[in-house]
Amino acid sequence: MELTIILFLFGGLFLGWSLGANDAANVFGTAVGTRMINFRTAAIICSIFVILGAVISGAGTTETIGKLGEINALPGAFACCIAAGFSVYLMTKAGLPVSTTQAIVGAIVGWNLFTGSQTDYSILTTILATWILCPILAGLIAIGIFSLVKKIIMSSKIHILRLDAYTRLALLLAGAFGSYSLGANNIANVMGVFVNISPFTDIEITSYLTFTSTEQLFLLGGLAIAVGVFTYSKKVMYTIGNDLLKISPLSAFVIVLSHSIVLFLFASEGLSSFLTSINLPSLPLVPVSSSQAIVGGVIGIGLLKGGKEVKWSVAGKISIGWIILPVITMFIAMLILYILKNMFNLTVIF
Amino acid sequence: MFNLKSSKLSLFGSSKNLEKEIDEFVNILSEVGLSFKSIVKRYLSHSTDENFEAMLEKITEMESRADTITKQIEHALYEETLIPDARSDVLRLLEHLDELIGMYQGNCYHFSIQKPDFPEEFHSDLLSLTETVVDCVESLCSTVRSFFRDVRSVRDNAHKVTYHEKESDIKFSSLARRIFSSNLELDQKMHLRYFVEKIDRISDQAEDIADELIIYSIKRSV
Repeated sequence: MELTIILFLFGGLFLGWSLGANDAANVFGTAVGTRMINFRTAAIICSIFVILGAVISGAGTTETIGKLGEINALPGAFACCIAAGFSVYLMTKAGLPVSTTQAIVGAIVGWNLFTGSQTDYSILTTILATWILCPILAGLIAIGIFSLVKKIIMSSKIHILRLDAYTRLALLLAGAFGSYSLGANNIANVMGVFVNISPFTDIEITSYLTFTSTEQLFLLGGLAIAVGVFTYSKKVMYTIGNDLLKISPLSAFVIVLSHSIVLFLFASEGLSSFLTSINLPSLPLVPVSSSQAIVGGVIGIGLLKGGKEVKWSVAGKISIGWIILPVITMFIAMLILYILKNMFNLTVIF
Repeated sequence: MFNLKSSKLSLFGSSKNLEKEIDEFVNILSEVGLSFKSIVKRYLSHSTDENFEAMLEKITEMESRADTITKQIEHALYEETLIPDARSDVLRLLEHLDELIGMYQGNCYHFSIQKPDFPEEFHSDLLSLTETVVDCVESLCSTVRSFFRDVRSVRDNAHKVTYHEKESDIKFSSLARRIFSSNLELDQKMHLRYFVEKIDRISDQAEDIADELIIYSIKRSV
Protein backbone atom coordinates (compact mmCIF):
# COMPACT_ATOMS: atom_id res chain seq x y z
CA MET A 1 0.00 0.00 0.00
CA GLU A 2 1.32 3.40 -0.89
CA LEU A 3 2.49 5.74 1.81
CA THR A 4 0.10 8.46 0.62
CA ILE A 5 -2.85 6.06 1.00
CA ILE A 6 -1.80 5.28 4.57
CA LEU A 7 -1.47 9.01 5.18
CA PHE A 8 -4.96 9.69 3.88
CA LEU A 9 -6.43 6.78 5.81
CA PHE A 10 -4.87 8.41 8.82
CA GLY A 11 -7.64 11.04 8.61
CA GLY A 12 -10.23 8.33 9.23
CA LEU A 13 -8.14 6.82 11.98
CA PHE A 14 -7.90 10.23 13.64
CA LEU A 15 -11.68 10.51 13.52
CA GLY A 16 -11.94 6.96 14.88
CA TRP A 17 -9.62 7.91 17.72
CA SER A 18 -11.78 10.95 18.46
CA LEU A 19 -14.93 8.79 18.39
CA GLY A 20 -13.30 6.36 20.82
CA ALA A 21 -12.27 9.18 23.12
CA ASN A 22 -15.60 11.02 23.15
CA ASP A 23 -18.52 8.87 22.03
CA ALA A 24 -17.31 5.72 23.77
CA ALA A 25 -17.27 7.75 26.97
CA ASN A 26 -21.03 8.09 26.58
CA VAL A 27 -21.38 4.33 26.88
CA PHE A 28 -19.27 3.70 29.96
CA GLY A 29 -18.88 7.25 31.29
CA THR A 30 -21.42 7.05 34.07
CA ALA A 31 -20.36 3.55 35.11
CA VAL A 32 -16.67 4.45 35.28
CA GLY A 33 -17.22 7.97 36.62
CA THR A 34 -19.29 6.65 39.50
CA ARG A 35 -16.66 3.91 40.00
CA MET A 36 -19.18 1.14 39.47
CA ILE A 37 -16.86 -0.38 36.86
CA ASN A 38 -13.12 0.17 36.71
CA PHE A 39 -11.70 1.88 33.64
CA ARG A 40 -9.62 -1.08 32.46
CA THR A 41 -12.60 -3.45 32.39
CA ALA A 42 -14.72 -0.82 30.65
CA ALA A 43 -12.02 -0.08 28.07
CA ILE A 44 -11.47 -3.76 27.22
CA ILE A 45 -15.18 -4.55 26.89
CA CYS A 46 -15.85 -1.35 24.98
CA SER A 47 -13.02 -2.00 22.51
CA ILE A 48 -13.99 -5.61 21.82
CA PHE A 49 -17.66 -4.83 21.27
CA VAL A 50 -17.06 -1.66 19.24
CA ILE A 51 -14.88 -3.68 16.84
CA LEU A 52 -17.43 -6.53 16.69
CA GLY A 53 -20.29 -4.09 16.05
CA ALA A 54 -18.32 -2.27 13.36
CA VAL A 55 -17.23 -5.39 11.46
CA ILE A 56 -20.48 -7.38 11.81
CA SER A 57 -23.19 -4.73 11.57
CA GLY A 58 -21.55 -1.58 10.25
CA ALA A 59 -22.70 -1.89 6.65
CA GLY A 60 -26.24 -0.51 7.01
CA THR A 61 -25.48 3.02 8.12
CA THR A 62 -22.41 3.17 5.87
CA GLU A 63 -24.64 2.76 2.84
CA THR A 64 -26.66 5.82 3.92
CA ILE A 65 -23.53 7.91 4.48
CA GLY A 66 -22.25 6.75 1.09
CA LYS A 67 -25.46 7.95 -0.55
CA LEU A 68 -25.17 11.38 1.06
CA GLY A 69 -21.92 12.08 -0.69
CA GLU A 70 -20.13 9.67 -2.96
CA ILE A 71 -16.61 10.72 -2.15
CA ASN A 72 -14.38 9.06 -4.72
CA ALA A 73 -10.92 10.44 -4.04
CA LEU A 74 -8.79 9.68 -1.01
CA PRO A 75 -7.72 13.31 -0.40
CA GLY A 76 -11.42 14.27 -0.31
CA ALA A 77 -12.19 11.61 2.27
CA PHE A 78 -9.10 12.65 4.22
CA ALA A 79 -10.27 16.29 4.28
CA CYS A 80 -13.73 15.29 5.54
CA CYS A 81 -12.33 13.15 8.34
CA ILE A 82 -9.80 15.74 9.46
CA ALA A 83 -12.48 18.46 9.43
CA ALA A 84 -14.88 16.29 11.43
CA GLY A 85 -12.21 15.20 13.93
CA PHE A 86 -10.99 18.77 14.40
CA SER A 87 -14.45 20.27 14.94
CA VAL A 88 -15.39 17.51 17.41
CA TYR A 89 -12.19 18.36 19.27
CA LEU A 90 -13.15 22.06 19.30
CA MET A 91 -16.65 21.39 20.63
CA THR A 92 -15.34 18.96 23.22
CA LYS A 93 -12.94 21.67 24.39
CA ALA A 94 -15.94 23.99 24.70
CA GLY A 95 -17.51 21.39 26.98
CA LEU A 96 -20.33 20.44 24.63
CA PRO A 97 -21.13 16.76 24.20
CA VAL A 98 -21.20 16.33 20.43
CA SER A 99 -20.81 13.34 18.19
CA THR A 100 -18.77 12.48 15.15
CA THR A 101 -22.06 11.76 13.36
CA GLN A 102 -23.04 15.42 13.15
CA ALA A 103 -19.52 16.38 12.19
CA ILE A 104 -19.08 13.89 9.35
CA VAL A 105 -22.46 14.78 7.84
CA GLY A 106 -21.46 18.46 7.86
CA ALA A 107 -18.12 17.54 6.29
CA ILE A 108 -19.74 15.49 3.50
CA VAL A 109 -22.15 18.31 2.69
CA GLY A 110 -19.08 20.59 2.61
CA TRP A 111 -17.39 18.21 0.15
CA ASN A 112 -20.55 18.19 -2.01
CA LEU A 113 -20.68 21.99 -2.03
CA PHE A 114 -16.95 22.36 -2.74
CA THR A 115 -16.88 19.83 -5.56
CA GLY A 116 -20.28 20.86 -6.97
CA SER A 117 -21.69 17.38 -6.37
CA GLN A 118 -25.39 16.96 -5.82
CA THR A 119 -26.45 16.52 -2.18
CA ASP A 120 -29.18 13.93 -1.86
CA TYR A 121 -31.65 16.06 0.07
CA SER A 122 -34.00 13.18 0.85
CA ILE A 123 -31.10 11.36 2.58
CA LEU A 124 -30.01 14.57 4.29
CA THR A 125 -33.56 15.23 5.50
CA THR A 126 -33.80 11.65 6.78
CA ILE A 127 -30.54 12.07 8.69
CA LEU A 128 -31.58 15.42 10.15
CA ALA A 129 -34.98 14.01 11.12
CA THR A 130 -33.33 11.14 12.97
CA TRP A 131 -31.29 13.66 14.94
CA ILE A 132 -34.56 15.02 16.32
CA LEU A 133 -36.13 11.58 16.64
CA CYS A 134 -33.08 10.01 18.32
CA PRO A 135 -33.09 11.99 21.61
CA ILE A 136 -36.90 11.86 21.81
CA LEU A 137 -36.90 8.10 21.26
CA ALA A 138 -34.08 7.62 23.78
CA GLY A 139 -36.00 9.72 26.31
CA LEU A 140 -39.19 7.73 25.84
CA ILE A 141 -37.37 4.40 26.08
CA ALA A 142 -35.56 5.60 29.21
CA ILE A 143 -38.89 6.60 30.80
CA GLY A 144 -40.35 3.17 30.01
CA ILE A 145 -37.37 1.17 31.25
CA PHE A 146 -36.90 3.32 34.35
CA SER A 147 -40.55 2.94 35.39
CA LEU A 148 -40.35 -0.82 34.91
CA VAL A 149 -37.03 -1.20 36.76
CA LYS A 150 -38.31 0.96 39.62
CA LYS A 151 -41.42 -1.17 39.95
CA ILE A 152 -39.39 -4.39 39.98
CA ILE A 153 -36.91 -3.09 42.56
CA MET A 154 -39.57 -1.71 44.85
CA SER A 155 -41.59 -4.92 44.85
CA SER A 156 -38.64 -7.31 45.11
CA LYS A 157 -37.27 -5.78 48.35
CA ILE A 158 -33.77 -6.52 47.23
CA HIS A 159 -30.84 -5.73 49.56
CA ILE A 160 -28.93 -2.56 48.72
CA LEU A 161 -25.70 -4.54 48.27
CA ARG A 162 -27.29 -7.18 46.04
CA LEU A 163 -28.87 -4.39 44.02
CA ASP A 164 -25.44 -2.81 43.69
CA ALA A 165 -24.01 -6.08 42.33
CA TYR A 166 -26.90 -6.49 39.88
CA THR A 167 -26.51 -2.87 38.76
CA ARG A 168 -22.81 -3.42 38.04
CA LEU A 169 -23.57 -6.50 35.99
CA ALA A 170 -26.38 -4.66 34.19
CA LEU A 171 -24.09 -1.70 33.49
CA LEU A 172 -21.47 -4.05 32.08
CA LEU A 173 -23.98 -5.81 29.81
CA ALA A 174 -25.63 -2.55 28.73
CA GLY A 175 -22.15 -1.13 28.11
CA ALA A 176 -21.20 -4.11 25.95
CA PHE A 177 -24.47 -3.77 24.02
CA GLY A 178 -23.95 -0.01 23.78
CA SER A 179 -20.40 -0.48 22.48
CA TYR A 180 -21.62 -2.99 19.88
CA SER A 181 -24.37 -0.58 18.78
CA LEU A 182 -21.93 2.32 18.73
CA GLY A 183 -19.55 0.36 16.53
CA ALA A 184 -22.37 -0.74 14.24
CA ASN A 185 -23.99 2.66 14.01
CA ASN A 186 -21.00 4.99 14.04
CA ILE A 187 -18.31 3.12 12.07
CA ALA A 188 -19.89 4.77 9.02
CA ASN A 189 -18.71 8.12 10.37
CA VAL A 190 -15.14 6.93 10.59
CA MET A 191 -14.74 4.73 7.54
CA GLY A 192 -17.87 5.40 5.49
CA VAL A 193 -16.16 7.94 3.25
CA PHE A 194 -13.39 5.44 2.41
CA VAL A 195 -15.65 2.53 1.40
CA ASN A 196 -15.92 3.51 -2.26
CA ILE A 197 -12.17 4.03 -2.47
CA SER A 198 -10.97 1.28 -0.17
CA PRO A 199 -7.30 0.49 -0.74
CA PHE A 200 -7.84 -3.07 0.52
CA THR A 201 -8.78 -6.15 -1.47
CA ASP A 202 -11.09 -8.96 -0.39
CA ILE A 203 -9.35 -11.83 1.40
CA GLU A 204 -10.86 -15.26 0.85
CA ILE A 205 -10.49 -17.24 4.07
CA THR A 206 -12.49 -20.31 2.96
CA SER A 207 -14.72 -20.79 -0.05
CA TYR A 208 -17.65 -19.66 2.12
CA LEU A 209 -15.97 -16.97 4.15
CA THR A 210 -14.51 -13.80 2.71
CA PHE A 211 -13.02 -10.96 4.69
CA THR A 212 -14.18 -8.12 2.49
CA SER A 213 -12.25 -4.92 1.91
CA THR A 214 -15.03 -3.00 3.67
CA GLU A 215 -14.79 -5.28 6.70
CA GLN A 216 -11.02 -4.75 6.74
CA LEU A 217 -11.62 -1.01 6.71
CA PHE A 218 -14.13 -1.35 9.53
CA LEU A 219 -11.69 -3.47 11.54
CA LEU A 220 -9.07 -0.77 11.10
CA GLY A 221 -11.60 1.88 12.12
CA GLY A 222 -12.68 -0.23 15.08
CA LEU A 223 -9.06 -0.54 16.19
CA ALA A 224 -8.66 3.24 15.94
CA ILE A 225 -11.76 3.65 18.12
CA ALA A 226 -10.26 1.17 20.61
CA VAL A 227 -7.03 3.21 20.72
CA GLY A 228 -9.16 6.30 21.41
CA VAL A 229 -10.91 4.48 24.23
CA PHE A 230 -7.65 3.41 25.86
CA THR A 231 -5.67 6.61 25.39
CA TYR A 232 -8.10 9.46 25.97
CA SER A 233 -11.57 8.37 27.07
CA LYS A 234 -10.70 7.96 30.78
CA LYS A 235 -10.74 11.71 31.39
CA VAL A 236 -13.96 12.16 29.43
CA MET A 237 -15.57 9.23 31.25
CA TYR A 238 -14.80 10.77 34.63
CA THR A 239 -16.12 14.12 33.38
CA ILE A 240 -19.38 12.53 32.27
CA GLY A 241 -19.70 10.45 35.43
CA ASN A 242 -18.85 13.14 37.94
CA ASP A 243 -19.19 16.64 36.55
CA LEU A 244 -21.62 16.70 33.69
CA LEU A 245 -24.40 14.56 35.10
CA LYS A 246 -25.04 13.66 38.71
CA ILE A 247 -27.08 10.52 38.37
CA SER A 248 -27.45 7.32 40.32
CA PRO A 249 -25.83 4.12 39.02
CA LEU A 250 -29.28 2.69 38.34
CA SER A 251 -30.30 5.72 36.28
CA ALA A 252 -26.95 5.38 34.52
CA PHE A 253 -27.84 1.83 33.54
CA VAL A 254 -31.24 2.92 32.19
CA ILE A 255 -29.68 5.78 30.23
CA VAL A 256 -26.96 3.57 28.71
CA LEU A 257 -29.48 0.86 27.84
CA SER A 258 -31.90 3.27 26.15
CA HIS A 259 -28.98 4.86 24.28
CA SER A 260 -27.84 1.42 23.13
CA ILE A 261 -31.33 0.42 22.01
CA VAL A 262 -31.70 3.60 19.95
CA LEU A 263 -28.31 3.17 18.30
CA PHE A 264 -29.11 -0.46 17.60
CA LEU A 265 -32.54 0.39 16.14
CA PHE A 266 -30.91 2.78 13.68
CA ALA A 267 -28.16 0.32 12.75
CA SER A 268 -29.65 -3.17 12.59
CA GLU A 269 -30.20 -4.39 9.06
CA GLY A 270 -31.74 -7.60 10.43
CA LEU A 271 -34.33 -5.72 12.47
CA SER A 272 -35.06 -3.38 9.60
CA SER A 273 -35.72 -6.23 7.14
CA PHE A 274 -37.75 -8.12 9.77
CA LEU A 275 -40.03 -5.10 10.31
CA THR A 276 -40.39 -4.68 6.56
CA SER A 277 -41.19 -8.40 6.15
CA ILE A 278 -44.12 -8.11 8.56
CA ASN A 279 -45.31 -4.93 6.83
CA LEU A 280 -44.31 -2.62 9.64
CA PRO A 281 -42.55 0.70 9.06
CA SER A 282 -38.82 0.29 9.67
CA LEU A 283 -36.44 2.88 10.99
CA PRO A 284 -33.92 4.25 8.50
CA LEU A 285 -30.38 2.92 8.88
CA VAL A 286 -28.70 6.18 9.76
CA PRO A 287 -25.70 6.98 11.93
CA VAL A 288 -27.23 8.77 14.90
CA SER A 289 -25.45 10.71 17.60
CA SER A 290 -24.61 8.76 20.73
CA SER A 291 -24.42 12.04 22.67
CA GLN A 292 -27.93 12.94 21.57
CA ALA A 293 -29.17 9.54 22.69
CA ILE A 294 -27.49 9.93 26.09
CA VAL A 295 -28.80 13.47 26.59
CA GLY A 296 -32.27 12.30 25.52
CA GLY A 297 -32.15 9.50 28.09
CA VAL A 298 -31.02 11.85 30.87
CA ILE A 299 -33.79 14.35 30.09
CA GLY A 300 -36.32 11.49 29.94
CA ILE A 301 -35.42 10.35 33.45
CA GLY A 302 -35.32 13.97 34.63
CA LEU A 303 -38.85 14.52 33.32
CA LEU A 304 -40.04 11.33 34.97
CA LYS A 305 -38.79 12.70 38.30
CA GLY A 306 -40.77 15.89 37.83
CA GLY A 307 -38.45 17.84 35.54
CA LYS A 308 -36.97 19.98 38.32
CA GLU A 309 -33.54 18.41 38.00
CA VAL A 310 -33.31 19.06 34.28
CA LYS A 311 -31.09 22.05 33.60
CA TRP A 312 -32.90 23.39 30.57
CA SER A 313 -30.28 26.11 29.96
CA VAL A 314 -27.61 23.41 29.66
CA ALA A 315 -29.91 21.33 27.43
CA GLY A 316 -30.43 24.40 25.23
CA LYS A 317 -26.67 25.05 25.03
CA ILE A 318 -26.09 21.42 24.04
CA SER A 319 -28.79 21.63 21.35
CA ILE A 320 -27.22 24.77 19.89
CA GLY A 321 -23.93 22.86 19.78
CA TRP A 322 -25.64 20.16 17.72
CA ILE A 323 -26.71 22.77 15.17
CA ILE A 324 -23.41 24.65 15.13
CA LEU A 325 -21.18 21.56 14.81
CA PRO A 326 -22.26 20.37 11.32
CA VAL A 327 -22.16 23.95 10.00
CA ILE A 328 -18.67 24.59 11.39
CA THR A 329 -17.45 21.22 10.09
CA MET A 330 -18.86 22.00 6.64
CA PHE A 331 -16.80 25.19 6.44
CA ILE A 332 -13.66 23.56 7.87
CA ALA A 333 -13.99 20.71 5.33
CA MET A 334 -14.31 23.23 2.48
CA LEU A 335 -11.25 25.09 3.74
CA ILE A 336 -9.16 21.91 3.96
CA LEU A 337 -10.38 20.81 0.51
CA TYR A 338 -9.39 24.22 -0.86
CA ILE A 339 -5.93 23.90 0.67
CA LEU A 340 -5.44 20.32 -0.61
CA LYS A 341 -6.61 21.23 -4.07
CA ASN A 342 -4.90 24.56 -4.58
CA MET A 343 -1.78 24.34 -2.43
CA PHE A 344 -0.95 20.63 -2.75
CA ASN A 345 -2.50 20.07 -6.17
CA LEU A 346 -4.36 17.01 -4.95
CA THR A 347 -7.45 15.59 -6.60
CA VAL A 348 -10.41 15.78 -4.26
CA ILE A 349 -12.94 14.42 -6.78
CA PHE A 350 -12.73 12.23 -9.87
CA MET B 1 -8.35 -11.10 31.50
CA PHE B 2 -10.30 -8.65 33.63
CA ASN B 3 -9.79 -7.62 37.17
CA LEU B 4 -11.86 -10.33 38.71
CA LYS B 5 -12.19 -8.44 41.96
CA SER B 6 -14.77 -6.42 40.18
CA SER B 7 -15.98 -9.37 38.20
CA LYS B 8 -19.42 -10.67 38.85
CA LEU B 9 -18.74 -13.93 40.66
CA SER B 10 -16.62 -12.39 43.40
CA LEU B 11 -18.91 -9.38 43.49
CA PHE B 12 -21.99 -11.43 44.29
CA GLY B 13 -19.99 -13.46 46.83
CA SER B 14 -18.72 -10.43 48.70
CA SER B 15 -22.16 -8.80 48.55
CA LYS B 16 -23.69 -11.82 50.23
CA ASN B 17 -21.04 -11.80 52.96
CA LEU B 18 -21.54 -8.12 53.58
CA GLU B 19 -25.30 -8.55 53.74
CA LYS B 20 -24.76 -11.20 56.42
CA GLU B 21 -22.39 -8.95 58.34
CA ILE B 22 -24.81 -6.02 58.27
CA ASP B 23 -27.61 -8.30 59.47
CA GLU B 24 -25.35 -9.60 62.24
CA PHE B 25 -24.49 -6.05 63.25
CA VAL B 26 -28.18 -5.10 63.57
CA ASN B 27 -28.82 -8.32 65.50
CA ILE B 28 -26.06 -7.38 67.92
CA LEU B 29 -27.63 -3.97 68.48
CA SER B 30 -30.95 -5.61 69.20
CA GLU B 31 -29.40 -8.24 71.52
CA VAL B 32 -27.37 -5.65 73.42
CA GLY B 33 -30.62 -3.79 74.07
CA LEU B 34 -32.33 -6.89 75.41
CA SER B 35 -29.28 -7.68 77.56
CA PHE B 36 -29.31 -4.10 78.83
CA LYS B 37 -32.91 -4.52 79.94
CA SER B 38 -31.96 -7.69 81.83
CA ILE B 39 -28.88 -6.07 83.30
CA VAL B 40 -30.86 -3.13 84.73
CA LYS B 41 -33.39 -5.57 86.16
CA ARG B 42 -30.58 -7.67 87.64
CA TYR B 43 -28.90 -4.62 89.13
CA LEU B 44 -32.08 -3.39 90.80
CA SER B 45 -32.70 -6.78 92.38
CA HIS B 46 -29.17 -8.05 93.12
CA SER B 47 -26.83 -5.07 92.64
CA THR B 48 -23.54 -5.97 90.91
CA ASP B 49 -23.31 -9.66 91.68
CA GLU B 50 -21.45 -12.29 89.61
CA ASN B 51 -24.32 -12.72 87.26
CA PHE B 52 -24.41 -9.01 86.62
CA GLU B 53 -20.69 -9.02 85.81
CA ALA B 54 -21.13 -12.01 83.51
CA MET B 55 -23.86 -10.17 81.63
CA LEU B 56 -21.66 -7.08 81.44
CA GLU B 57 -18.87 -9.19 79.96
CA LYS B 58 -21.28 -10.54 77.36
CA ILE B 59 -22.22 -6.99 76.36
CA THR B 60 -18.53 -6.08 76.10
CA GLU B 61 -17.93 -9.06 73.81
CA MET B 62 -20.86 -8.08 71.61
CA GLU B 63 -19.63 -4.48 71.45
CA SER B 64 -16.20 -5.64 70.40
CA ARG B 65 -17.71 -7.93 67.72
CA ALA B 66 -19.76 -4.97 66.46
CA ASP B 67 -16.55 -2.92 66.20
CA THR B 68 -14.87 -5.67 64.18
CA ILE B 69 -17.85 -5.94 61.83
CA THR B 70 -17.93 -2.15 61.32
CA LYS B 71 -14.25 -2.19 60.33
CA GLN B 72 -14.73 -5.17 57.99
CA ILE B 73 -17.70 -3.53 56.29
CA GLU B 74 -15.84 -0.24 56.00
CA HIS B 75 -12.83 -1.93 54.36
CA ALA B 76 -14.97 -4.00 52.01
CA LEU B 77 -17.06 -1.03 50.91
CA TYR B 78 -13.97 1.03 50.13
CA GLU B 79 -11.70 -1.69 48.74
CA GLU B 80 -14.33 -3.10 46.41
CA THR B 81 -15.89 0.32 45.76
CA LEU B 82 -19.34 -1.04 46.56
CA ILE B 83 -22.53 1.10 46.65
CA PRO B 84 -20.60 4.26 45.67
CA ASP B 85 -23.68 6.47 45.89
CA ALA B 86 -24.78 5.27 49.33
CA ARG B 87 -21.43 4.24 50.81
CA SER B 88 -20.85 7.28 52.99
CA ASP B 89 -24.44 7.13 54.28
CA VAL B 90 -24.10 3.44 55.17
CA LEU B 91 -20.77 3.97 56.92
CA ARG B 92 -22.10 6.95 58.89
CA LEU B 93 -25.14 4.90 59.84
CA LEU B 94 -23.01 2.01 61.11
CA GLU B 95 -20.84 4.44 63.04
CA HIS B 96 -23.87 5.95 64.75
CA LEU B 97 -25.35 2.53 65.48
CA ASP B 98 -22.01 1.53 66.96
CA GLU B 99 -22.19 4.61 69.20
CA LEU B 100 -25.60 3.39 70.34
CA ILE B 101 -24.12 0.04 71.33
CA GLY B 102 -21.38 1.99 73.10
CA MET B 103 -24.02 3.98 75.01
CA TYR B 104 -25.63 0.77 76.24
CA GLN B 105 -22.26 -0.58 77.27
CA GLY B 106 -21.29 2.71 78.93
CA ASN B 107 -24.48 2.69 80.98
CA CYS B 108 -23.77 -0.85 82.16
CA TYR B 109 -20.25 0.13 83.21
CA HIS B 110 -21.56 3.14 85.09
CA PHE B 111 -23.89 0.86 87.01
CA SER B 112 -20.98 -1.45 87.73
CA ILE B 113 -18.58 1.30 88.81
CA GLN B 114 -20.79 3.92 90.46
CA LYS B 115 -23.40 1.57 91.91
CA PRO B 116 -26.22 4.11 92.14
CA ASP B 117 -28.60 3.57 95.02
CA PHE B 118 -32.10 3.51 93.51
CA PRO B 119 -34.75 3.31 96.27
CA GLU B 120 -37.35 0.66 95.58
CA GLU B 121 -40.09 3.23 94.94
CA PHE B 122 -38.31 4.16 91.67
CA HIS B 123 -37.62 0.64 90.43
CA SER B 124 -40.74 0.11 88.37
CA ASP B 125 -40.42 3.56 86.74
CA LEU B 126 -36.77 2.95 85.91
CA LEU B 127 -37.60 -0.47 84.44
CA SER B 128 -40.44 1.00 82.46
CA LEU B 129 -38.15 3.75 81.08
CA THR B 130 -35.52 1.14 80.20
CA GLU B 131 -38.13 -0.97 78.44
CA THR B 132 -39.35 1.98 76.37
CA VAL B 133 -35.79 2.90 75.44
CA VAL B 134 -35.09 -0.67 74.34
CA ASP B 135 -38.36 -0.73 72.36
CA CYS B 136 -37.27 2.49 70.70
CA VAL B 137 -33.98 0.90 69.62
CA GLU B 138 -35.85 -2.25 68.50
CA SER B 139 -37.94 -0.07 66.20
CA LEU B 140 -34.73 1.54 64.99
CA CYS B 141 -33.39 -1.95 64.13
CA SER B 142 -36.49 -2.51 61.96
CA THR B 143 -35.93 0.89 60.34
CA VAL B 144 -32.31 0.00 59.58
CA ARG B 145 -33.34 -3.35 58.09
CA SER B 146 -35.93 -1.66 55.93
CA PHE B 147 -33.37 0.90 54.76
CA PHE B 148 -31.29 -1.92 53.34
CA ARG B 149 -34.13 -3.97 51.87
CA ASP B 150 -37.40 -2.10 51.63
CA VAL B 151 -36.80 1.61 51.44
CA ARG B 152 -40.53 2.38 51.26
CA SER B 153 -41.18 1.21 54.83
CA VAL B 154 -38.37 3.29 56.37
CA ARG B 155 -40.74 6.14 57.15
CA ASP B 156 -43.30 3.87 58.86
CA ASN B 157 -40.67 2.24 61.05
CA ALA B 158 -38.99 5.56 61.80
CA HIS B 159 -42.36 6.83 62.99
CA LYS B 160 -42.41 4.07 65.61
CA VAL B 161 -38.96 5.17 66.80
CA THR B 162 -40.27 8.72 67.25
CA TYR B 163 -43.27 7.42 69.13
CA HIS B 164 -41.11 5.46 71.59
CA GLU B 165 -38.72 8.37 71.97
CA LYS B 166 -41.54 10.68 73.00
CA GLU B 167 -42.80 8.03 75.40
CA SER B 168 -39.34 7.72 76.87
CA ASP B 169 -39.10 11.52 77.32
CA ILE B 170 -42.37 11.52 79.20
CA LYS B 171 -41.19 8.67 81.43
CA PHE B 172 -37.84 10.38 82.00
CA SER B 173 -39.47 13.68 83.03
CA SER B 174 -41.89 11.94 85.33
CA LEU B 175 -39.15 9.89 86.99
CA ALA B 176 -36.82 12.89 87.30
CA ARG B 177 -39.63 14.91 88.90
CA ARG B 178 -40.33 12.10 91.36
CA ILE B 179 -36.64 11.81 92.23
CA PHE B 180 -36.29 15.53 92.88
CA SER B 181 -39.49 15.75 94.89
CA SER B 182 -38.42 12.85 97.13
CA ASN B 183 -36.71 13.20 100.51
CA LEU B 184 -33.36 11.97 99.23
CA GLU B 185 -30.17 14.01 99.67
CA LEU B 186 -29.39 16.35 96.79
CA ASP B 187 -26.19 14.47 95.87
CA GLN B 188 -28.13 11.22 95.56
CA LYS B 189 -30.87 12.96 93.58
CA MET B 190 -28.23 14.28 91.18
CA HIS B 191 -26.62 10.87 90.96
CA LEU B 192 -29.90 9.12 90.13
CA ARG B 193 -30.87 11.85 87.66
CA TYR B 194 -27.54 11.27 85.88
CA PHE B 195 -28.41 7.61 85.30
CA VAL B 196 -31.99 8.25 84.27
CA GLU B 197 -30.83 10.92 81.84
CA LYS B 198 -28.14 8.69 80.38
CA ILE B 199 -30.66 5.93 79.71
CA ASP B 200 -33.08 8.39 78.13
CA ARG B 201 -30.30 9.70 75.86
CA ILE B 202 -30.17 6.31 74.13
CA SER B 203 -33.64 6.89 72.70
CA ASP B 204 -32.67 10.45 71.69
CA GLN B 205 -29.74 9.02 69.74
CA ALA B 206 -32.04 6.37 68.22
CA GLU B 207 -34.42 9.06 67.05
CA ASP B 208 -31.58 11.08 65.51
CA ILE B 209 -30.46 7.99 63.59
CA ALA B 210 -34.06 7.33 62.44
CA ASP B 211 -34.24 10.92 61.15
CA GLU B 212 -30.99 10.39 59.27
CA LEU B 213 -32.39 7.18 57.81
CA ILE B 214 -35.40 9.04 56.43
CA ILE B 215 -33.03 11.40 54.59
CA TYR B 216 -30.89 8.49 53.36
CA SER B 217 -34.00 6.68 52.15
CA ILE B 218 -35.13 9.75 50.18
CA LYS B 219 -31.68 9.78 48.56
CA ARG B 220 -31.96 6.05 47.91
CA SER B 221 -35.46 6.06 46.46
CA VAL B 222 -34.66 5.20 42.85
